[in-house]
Amino acid sequence: MSNFIDIGSINDIPLRGARVVRTHDGDIAVFRTATNNVYALDEYLPGKAGPLSNGIQHDEKVTDPMYNWVFDLATGEAQGADKGKVTTYEVKCKNGRILISAAAVSRSVAAE
Amino acid sequence: MTQKLIIIGAGMAAGRALEHLFETAPDAYEVTLFNAEPRGTYNRIMLSPVLSGDKSFDEIVTHTAEWYEAHGVITRFGEKVITIDRKAQTVTSDTGDILSYDKLIIATGSNPFIIPLPGHDLDGVIAYRDLEDTNAMISLGEVPNAKAVVIGGGLLGLEAAAGLAIRGVEVTVVHIMGHLMERQLDEAAGYLLRRALVDKGITVKCSANSKEILGENGKVKALLLDDGTELPCDLLVMAVGIRPSVALAADAGLATGRGIHVDDQMVTSDPNILSLGECVEHNGDVFGLVAPIYDQAKVIAKTLVGVDAAFVNKEVATKLKVTGCDLFSAGDFAEGEGREDIVYRDPAHGIYKRLVILEDRLIGAVMYGDTADGNWFFGLIKDKEDISKMRDTLIFGPTFQGGSPLDPMAAVAALPDDTEICGCNGISKSQIVTAINEGAHSLDDVKAISKAGSSCGSCLGLVGDLLGVTLGDDFKMPEKDVVCKCTDLSHDDVRKLIVAKKLKSIPQTMQELDWKTSCGCHVCRPAINYYMVATWPGEYEDDGKSRFINERVHANIQKDGTYSVVPRMLGGVTTPDELRAIADAADKFNVPTVKVTGGQRIDLLGVKKEDLPAIWYDLGKAGMISGQAYAKGLRTVKTCVGSEHCRFGTQDSTGLGIKIEGAMWGAWSPHKFKLAVSGCPRNCAEATCKDLGIICVDSGYQILVGGAAGLDLRETDLLVQVATEEEAIEVSCAFYQLYREGAQYLHRPYKWIAKVGLDWIKGQVVDDLENRKSLADRFHYSQQFYQIDPWAERAKQGKDAHEFAPIADFTKVAAE
Repeated sequence: MSNFIDIGSINDIPLRGARVVRTHDGDIAVFRTATNNVYALDEYLPGKAGPLSNGIQHDEKVTDPMYNWVFDLATGEAQGADKGKVTTYEVKCKNGRILISAAAVSRSVAAE
Repeated sequence: MTQKLIIIGAGMAAGRALEHLFETAPDAYEVTLFNAEPRGTYNRIMLSPVLSGDKSFDEIVTHTAEWYEAHGVITRFGEKVITIDRKAQTVTSDTGDILSYDKLIIATGSNPFIIPLPGHDLDGVIAYRDLEDTNAMISLGEVPNAKAVVIGGGLLGLEAAAGLAIRGVEVTVVHIMGHLMERQLDEAAGYLLRRALVDKGITVKCSANSKEILGENGKVKALLLDDGTELPCDLLVMAVGIRPSVALAADAGLATGRGIHVDDQMVTSDPNILSLGECVEHNGDVFGLVAPIYDQAKVIAKTLVGVDAAFVNKEVATKLKVTGCDLFSAGDFAEGEGREDIVYRDPAHGIYKRLVILEDRLIGAVMYGDTADGNWFFGLIKDKEDISKMRDTLIFGPTFQGGSPLDPMAAVAALPDDTEICGCNGISKSQIVTAINEGAHSLDDVKAISKAGSSCGSCLGLVGDLLGVTLGDDFKMPEKDVVCKCTDLSHDDVRKLIVAKKLKSIPQTMQELDWKTSCGCHVCRPAINYYMVATWPGEYEDDGKSRFINERVHANIQKDGTYSVVPRMLGGVTTPDELRAIADAADKFNVPTVKVTGGQRIDLLGVKKEDLPAIWYDLGKAGMISGQAYAKGLRTVKTCVGSEHCRFGTQDSTGLGIKIEGAMWGAWSPHKFKLAVSGCPRNCAEATCKDLGIICVDSGYQILVGGAAGLDLRETDLLVQVATEEEAIEVSCAFYQLYREGAQYLHRPYKWIAKVGLDWIKGQVVDDLENRKSLADRFHYSQQFYQIDPWAERAKQGKDAHEFAPIADFTKVAAE
């Protein structure tokens, strides 16, 4: 259904690394896990957590560097006793390229 | 009516017997104490540390003149008893005085055995027995190019040889058997020991028969072996064994064999004469180690006051007091029918452990290089425990027994009450626990009250564990802390296993140690990464993904996601050029806040992440490197101006701070490490709340450790005072390395010290000079891999560029 935009090579993100996609609506953190899966989530849960791209990854989760909240990369849900959810975006890897949903990078546009 | 007690000999046995006597019945006897040596009781075992310079004689005196006076002991030191008249109940001394006794204790100890080789009576042929012998060896060290030969490769001979070598004497050890310490060690351990001694510059000749001692003008010149080899020497030390000193007793008509015969109550064949120590023979055994003799002292004190007691000779273990040669042996380790061996070897680290098992019981243990579990094995031998269930992991020690690993505290808690903790003084676990329950709440208190740890001190770690187990929350020992939910192991377990199993990567560690999660979590990954960095310098490749963001990007993250940048300024000293470069960088990158930190540095706050490499580049051009203000590692050395400018300064505190920071920057540690150097006790650099502080005084440098001024506030303790800058730097590096190697991740030094005890640390970096040096050497070795400026790598070589730039920026695209 949706359009995808090429944001770079899978090799631009190291294993268990993360990088930021800048948008007019804020930063999105794109993760590449040890098992070579890619996920895209909001960089911040405003007032609670972030910048998540700076966290430590383990399994398919990331630990927030500021307050040690742990988020599930697939769902964006905070784990354990912490309650909260960061928005997740559609992202996929095809032929070594990382593709993110066009809606993610132009949300204000898409909302029109 | 007070009875008269005469004691002949003021050795360790007599000293300990008197202590026990005065504890139970201080007024029962009027005591007269004879000693042929012109002094009272000292800890003869510690003559080796005196010889090596680790201790002074005063430090090993156990009974002072004040002590004798306080207890009403009449001392006749330097006076020898020459006859005993049993009928008249008197003794006659070499001054002609005749004294009567109601009870007599013969504690004449032993005489060193001198092989009657031709030339054995030459000047310069000595034994190794008393302070005079020790002083003769010490003064040889002051003679340039002095040479010595030690005959005898047993415990005493090797301690003599090692001490002489430290004193700068060229030493050869001549040993008649095929390997060193053959009574305590098997061949393999003997080999490792030999290698360690050779590394110390000692020549070792085994299977060597002495033929003749050659002299010149009545003075020793060389030792001739029967293969014709001539070993030149200025001093020849015979350390081939001891013989119980029985002549006085035999002359008096007492029953003697190899030693003076005593019964279980330590009474000789004359009911009014008792005997103990190295001069006695009990059930065919004679004694040379201190532990059974201290047991005899207990018994003799009871016999004297009419309380029933019986001496039982127990198995003893041996440790060698040669710094850098860590060996332990206990039980029977000869090969034999039905005996099985478990052997562990780590050639690179010079570790050898061998357990001998007979019918599911441990009967012997030999360890070299890592003897930490010695007492535990010794306990298994004594208790004849069935070890079949833990056989597979037995050699790894008590920490790793059972289905899931136990923490060391649990292992200590599980020890049977009668387990001997202090081998020197024969103090069991229950005695220590009793002392703790009666109010001994520190290592020093336990030492004073129970005597445990007061001789060689090698058991103090266990004593500390017992304090923790017994006092629980009242004693600041770390609770059983598993690293995190990913494992049941504690930090100590993980550290020990990483070394034992040579685990060299995070995945390998998690695999081998049975991690419960696939790749750990944000708690265990940084801890293991640190342990790898600390354990395998030069081999391990640091894993940035296992580091907290600050250490990954080499800057401190702030609440708004920007970073702070702190360049290093050694000792807090900067220059106009550096200040200009900082000012220019602050302008260029619109740094909102420039602040001076508590550690005497300048902090540029509010730098955007993507600007970090560029600002580092500019600072680097002016010669500045990362201040590592973000590191669990060496942070800052804060200094005052010192003697260069200050009228109160006693030493160049600024210069010393610069040197120490120059040596230490770049090092990682379990937690941040902050130092300060003050030029005088006014302490303007606030050294007394640092992890390591130095206060300069007229006579040198006081090295203080374990301060804190964060969530906990804690004043430092004095580690040691040294005379020179070089020593101050070496001690500092050695202390830092000991902390880096031993502490658990995220423990500041004061927490670690609370756990291991300051006394233990002093033993490692103050008393044991050899060990201090090897710690410092390991630190410097590691530094060659970590003293690399991380800013330059990123600013100039593009390392980790992905960390700093967004992968895509649609704000710019859309602006088109």
